[in-house]
Amino acid sequence: MNTDKRLIRKDSLENLFDILRKKNKIIYAPVSKNSKIIFNKVESFQEIATGYVQTVQSPKEVYFPRFETVLEYTMSKDNISVESVNPDDIPEVILWGVRPCDAMGIGILSAIFNQDFDDEIYNKHLSHLTVLGFSCNKADEYCFCTSVGGNPGNTEGSDILFTQLGENGDYLAEIITEKGWSVVSLAEGLFETAGEINKNQFLADLPSMFEIDEIRKNLENIYSSELWTEQSLKCIGCGACAYVCPTCACFDLQDEAHGKLGRRLRCWDSCGFSLFTLHASGHNPRQLQSQRWRQRIMHKFSYIPEKLSVFGCTGCGRCSRACPADMNILEYLISLQEATI
Amino acid sequence: MDELKKKATELLESLTVKVVIGYEEGTAGRTRALFAEKPEDACRLIYDSRCVQNLATYLTKREVRDKGRIAIEATLPVMRSIIQLAAEFQVSDANLLVLGITPDGKLIEFGNLAEVEAFIHQYPIEINQQDREELAKIEKMTPAERWKFWTDELSLCIKCYACRAACPMCYCDRCTVDCNQPQWIPVPSHLPGNLEWHIMRAVHLTGRCVDCDACYNACPLNIPIHLLTKKMVEEATVHFGGYQPTIKGEHIMSTYRPDDKDNFIQ
Amino acid sequence: MSDFEPKMIAFVCNWCTYAGADLTGTSRIKYASNVRIVRFPCTGRIDFMLLLKAFDEGADGIIVSGCHPNDCHYTSGNFHARRRWIMFRSLCEFMGIDIRRIKFSWVSAAEGIKWAEVVNTTVGAIRELGPYEEYRKVAGKPKEVING
Repeated sequence: MNTDKRLIRKDSLENLFDILRKKNKIIYAPVSKNSKIIFNKVESFQEIATGYVQTVQSPKEVYFPRFETVLEYTMSKDNISVESVNPDDIPEVILWGVRPCDAMGIGILSAIFNQDFDDEIYNKHLSHLTVLGFSCNKADEYCFCTSVGGNPGNTEGSDILFTQLGENGDYLAEIITEKGWSVVSLAEGLFETAGEINKNQFLADLPSMFEIDEIRKNLENIYSSELWTEQSLKCIGCGACAYVCPTCACFDLQDEAHGKLGRRLRCWDSCGFSLFTLHASGHNPRQLQSQRWRQRIMHKFSYIPEKLSVFGCTGCGRCSRACPADMNILEYLISLQEATI
Repeated sequence: MDELKKKATELLESLTVKVVIGYEEGTAGRTRALFAEKPEDACRLIYDSRCVQNLATYLTKREVRDKGRIAIEATLPVMRSIIQLAAEFQVSDANLLVLGITPDGKLIEFGNLAEVEAFIHQYPIEINQQDREELAKIEKMTPAERWKFWTDELSLCIKCYACRAACPMCYCDRCTVDCNQPQWIPVPSHLPGNLEWHIMRAVHLTGRCVDCDACYNACPLNIPIHLLTKKMVEEATVHFGGYQPTIKGEHIMSTYRPDDKDNFIQ
Repeated sequence: MSDFEPKMIAFVCNWCTYAGADLTGTSRIKYASNVRIVRFPCTGRIDFMLLLKAFDEGADGIIVSGCHPNDCHYTSGNFHARRRWIMFRSLCEFMGIDIRRIKFSWVSAAEGIKWAEVVNTTVGAIRELGPYEEYRKVAGKPKEVING
């Protein structure tokens, strides 16, 4: 399996889309809704949004949905029958228009869902997923992928990575995995040979803003610092940052019953909520927002790297964009680098 | 806003207040909350038309309250929220000083909350033109079209509760959604749960909403949830003559008139 | 759907409407049996969430009934309830929830006949409207949804 470079003409991109749709492939792509860009199922190429830097929500919606059933039960007079959901029922999906930061995030989420225990449902979602990534030719003041080991043309996590060669240009297509090759095989004619193309000149210029290893070292010493309170004073304690983040994986299990039928659902949860760590006894070890903010940062930049050898952040900047209170994680990380006890 | 900076510096230097809450420059042309605790922080205070976040939501946040006496930069919606919070015993003169910004951008110093109340009563709560048009669009729809509109919009909701967190009137330590015996509002963000959450929010805000748009501004998906609470503001005017936040006066949902009129009770 | 029988629920206050319904029975007045009655001490205790839950769980129609204004056993419970009903009904209408399916009434303990009338006309009206499919489609067993 070799990474091969092909060229796909600008107008052929739509043809590729149509071929995939004709084969009844389910495609999720960024669309515009209420002036925000979100991932949604699309039927036609025209629905796909263009000219944006980043979507509001990450594509994790597709392989780690907002809510999904994990088991169902039926009660009868003398019996309760429980049925686990069958992971094979999870449909095959093509994710179109994934940014390199989000593609990298898939690997991080996979590490989380396979630590200690292999999450069958999550893994099945992934095995049924094909990721068509698109490099970034521009970034905004919230992006910082290059500070956390990524870059605007990173192939990690994508099955094919498309890079547009200049405004209105054709696309370089890097075929990275077998899944990528099977997409190519459906539309061989559209993937022409590419010459020597250096994609870097067409990528967004994004210098690194901080030294992540220094931050990680610092974090080991500043647990009791006042700065957690200072930084989190304006946090209002909603779940927006966790829900839009491609690597946040916390979930709740909720049972919902209608008469004799019921189901257990897994749904998103956020460590930012005040009751996230509330014990049945009434004790809450993270009563204050400062403790919850500290947890968020430590988890992503200290605990996950220690346990899983990856950083829990891809630098996509969504949390800061979505935050109603402008908690700018990039700004805070830079000051954490300079922090002392 | 030099007057504001001067006043804030004065208050902090003289230790009259422990923290001044106001607005400062944020990321990418946004503004955000500033908690100025040292006199030199006060120079970061700003005021302009971008400053729409409702700062009163911080007045019920424990770490902010615990600081001691607070001064707050308050535009008209923020002032209204403060009076409503005072009416509900969440803030009082003992711990709060209001630095008002009039609708034409001037600083006004209030001696106490009664003066703030007198000030805001000069300005009835009115839905602005643009929102009136949005409401009218929906009112013109048939019930089936309205149902489709709201189910489409609310199926986008991810239940991040940014709307709840941004609203100054949502300060309950244990919100109804957190109640699980029974689970009134389902936790997962499926459509029935989202519908119930937003209906519940609009009903719990009836008579308390100050029409500040904080909920809409906070929503990461731009779902027009402010139209639900605004509709309640309008209905309160139609049926009960409207309302104003008031510390000593009546609140429309905790009082009644024996001759309240309805046209649907058999 | 000629054999459709609406499933209905009534939230009533103990002192007036429930007693009134009792009177309907003791007077041997026949009326539609589609309604399951839930007894509250007062209409002031009725939480609007219950109405939503009723639709959620399969009700096609709802009746909410209590003492006439000025006759509340607890003096003012029904006055508060009336204010709430006015606002809640406006909200439901604004959202496209079918308010024809919610009937509010004042039925006193002496109005056995009126209770039968309220039930019969409401059941008849709901029978015409058919089952509340729109709500159940949304609120029934939740399907997996990713942005609709």
